[in-house]
Amino acid sequence: MKIRDSVALLIIVLAGWQLLYWAVGEIAFRSPATTFVNAGTMLADPRFLPHLRETLLAFVEAFAIALAVGLSIGVTLGASRLAGEVAEPILVALYSIPKVTLYPIILLVFGIGMPAKVAFGAIHGIVPISIFALNAIRNINPIYLRTGQVLRLSPLSAARRILIPAALPEIVTGIRVGFSLTLIGTLLGEMFGAQRGLGHLLMQAMTRHNMDSIMALTLLLVAFAAVVNGLLLALDHRLHRRV
Amino acid sequence: MSRVGLLRTAVIAGAIASLEGLIRGGIVPRFTIIPPSEMVVALVAILRSGKFTIDIVTTLTNVALAIVAAMIVGVAVGTALQKAAALRRIFDPLFATYYAIPMYAFYPLLIVVFGLGDVPQICIGFLLAVMAVIINTLNGLDRVPRVLLKAARMHRMGGLRTALRIRLPYAAPYIFTGFKLAVAYSFIGVIGAEFITSSRGIGYEISFAYNNFDNRLMYGLILFVLLLVMTVNMSLHVWEKRLMARRRR
Amino acid sequence: MSGSGGTAPAHVTLRGITRVYPGQAPQPPVHALGPIDLDLAQGEFFAVVGPSGCGKSTLLDVIAGLVVASAGEAAFEGTPIAGSVPDGIGVVFQEDASFPWLTVHDNIAFGLRELGRPADVVNAKVTYALNFMGLADFAHAYPAQLSGGMRQRVCIARTLVLEPRLILLDEPFGALDQQTRLLMGDELLRLWRETGATILLITHALDEATMLADRVGVMSARPGRFLEIVATGWARERDSTIVSDPRFGQLTSRIWTLLRSESLRALGHAGANR
Repeated sequence: MKIRDSVALLIIVLAGWQLLYWAVGEIAFRSPATTFVNAGTMLADPRFLPHLRETLLAFVEAFAIALAVGLSIGVTLGASRLAGEVAEPILVALYSIPKVTLYPIILLVFGIGMPAKVAFGAIHGIVPISIFALNAIRNINPIYLRTGQVLRLSPLSAARRILIPAALPEIVTGIRVGFSLTLIGTLLGEMFGAQRGLGHLLMQAMTRHNMDSIMALTLLLVAFAAVVNGLLLALDHRLHRRV
Repeated sequence: MSRVGLLRTAVIAGAIASLEGLIRGGIVPRFTIIPPSEMVVALVAILRSGKFTIDIVTTLTNVALAIVAAMIVGVAVGTALQKAAALRRIFDPLFATYYAIPMYAFYPLLIVVFGLGDVPQICIGFLLAVMAVIINTLNGLDRVPRVLLKAARMHRMGGLRTALRIRLPYAAPYIFTGFKLAVAYSFIGVIGAEFITSSRGIGYEISFAYNNFDNRLMYGLILFVLLLVMTVNMSLHVWEKRLMARRRR
Repeated sequence: MSGSGGTAPAHVTLRGITRVYPGQAPQPPVHALGPIDLDLAQGEFFAVVGPSGCGKSTLLDVIAGLVVASAGEAAFEGTPIAGSVPDGIGVVFQEDASFPWLTVHDNIAFGLRELGRPADVVNAKVTYALNFMGLADFAHAYPAQLSGGMRQRVCIARTLVLEPRLILLDEPFGALDQQTRLLMGDELLRLWRETGATILLITHALDEATMLADRVGVMSARPGRFLEIVATGWARERDSTIVSDPRFGQLTSRIWTLLRSESLRALGHAGANR
């Protein structure tokens, strides 16, 4: 049932794309077929690989930082009732500001290049990961903690065997959101003032009016993000179903 | 203010004060960040000079247009989709995956299609905002108790009248949540797009100031955006909580 | 009014147990419980009934060592209880405390594994508990797949498997329907007979208390104190069919007479606080 619906969705999207192509024309658009071919060609092109590697490397580093920092902040704040209450609105406010306005500050601190991209990607991911982790810890059913007390668990044992499994589903949701946002942040960082990477290629294709490249790159990026998010979503659902 | 609120204010004030101290003390170099106090001074100067009024108005107008478009389209699509269960199921994976997609990746495409004016930025803002409105409209309409729909049938109300006079008013607080998110996303989309490439607007002016090494101007503008967005978002958040509290049983 | 089950040393001793909650300014402190004097004899089944908010759960928390009394002494097997949970006590809560991320088998094994028991011992004991509680078919299911009654049985099994000498139950069947409650009551009696543990059951259902217990402590409205401790005098071999015994009706009505005015008082309290 689920697969049939996803296939239907795919067909609708492709059909809509094809219709747009017929409406707008070759001057500003490419058909789905052409774009898929172009994307394939691009992936096979040896000059493309260094850019892909650059973006992936930046993203992986950014995500690792976002995970480490976000989880630490979230778990620490979630453990204390007062700290959690004080911090949450601050984190939510940080979540909703256009982080792109902070990019120049990052560029000033790190200079143009990989570190700036990584930092920019990381700040996109840190905030949602910490917010979700904070709430995951805060919302642990108190009955589990009382059970741990009654079973005379040491604090370390209780943390390992009760708190973490109980909080895991929400934390994983935060990681999933953080993953997507870190990717977006890394890409955004490359679209402005970078010399290499997929975001840079995209901007370059735009200035050269290279429609084939623009659409092929966009397709690759969207497809990658959609597929990975789909997989993480499946994991998310599985964890939440047990609860 | 509650104890928690006071503590929070103290934390924020403390952070700003530390930054001020670190910069003035020379630990954080001035060519990286100027002290917060000087940011405020720069901001006041910007507003007084009136040089950036056009940019501010441009950005705000574009944001407003994105919000309005997102609300109209979002509520309409959400309302229509809520009744069409089969269609909704098909689009479900799209709802779940939508915000993982880098919308900015579409920006070059939009520029090529629409040219270098304001339209591509409004589109990005719209694209980011509209899904939040659709999702929250669906959520709100889902919660309309069936008994109210039965009452509507007893009054012989047709589909459109039921939607306008019962379903949407009931879902209003949830649609407001969608509105709150639409505002936040429109700001993010429009200003982000202006930053990448544009010819006017606050985002453009920030990147221009950066490229010209004019830190005071840049930080003044950044501060303006941060204060504006935070004030708007927080006010909407408070308003939303009040609307929701009225509904809590 | 204290009660004593015999001449053997009491299993649990409470003297002058009082619990006062400091109020959050400007509210005054809340005298929630006591003073309570009570002796539980080894192996007896003791039920506590009382109006809402009288402090029954607080009493359980004090005996379990989850909460420190503001005044008075509590002792379990001769050793004072103070702030930490003594070895040999098991607790079953009203809410479902089964861990949703573990199977039924792993839930029951949890406490034993925590104590570091070898795997074969753990599996043997868990299998016994599964069969005892009628959960053998569900060993590899997750709690989310079970009904409320089954989940509560998982919690009881998890406690059982540690062979506690004192079992405290805080309205364990509160969330279940009447028929399931009666059946669970029978199971609880069976458990009691086979383990020989001392049981303290808190319940708001008078008939449940009268049916299951050797003695029923009737608590006043807040601050909770024992108005009277009613001995039922039932034989050890009993089950829910005892409801047909004429004494059952007399005992229940006796308890209700004591409780009725207290419950009205409790409602009055609740009204005044709104």
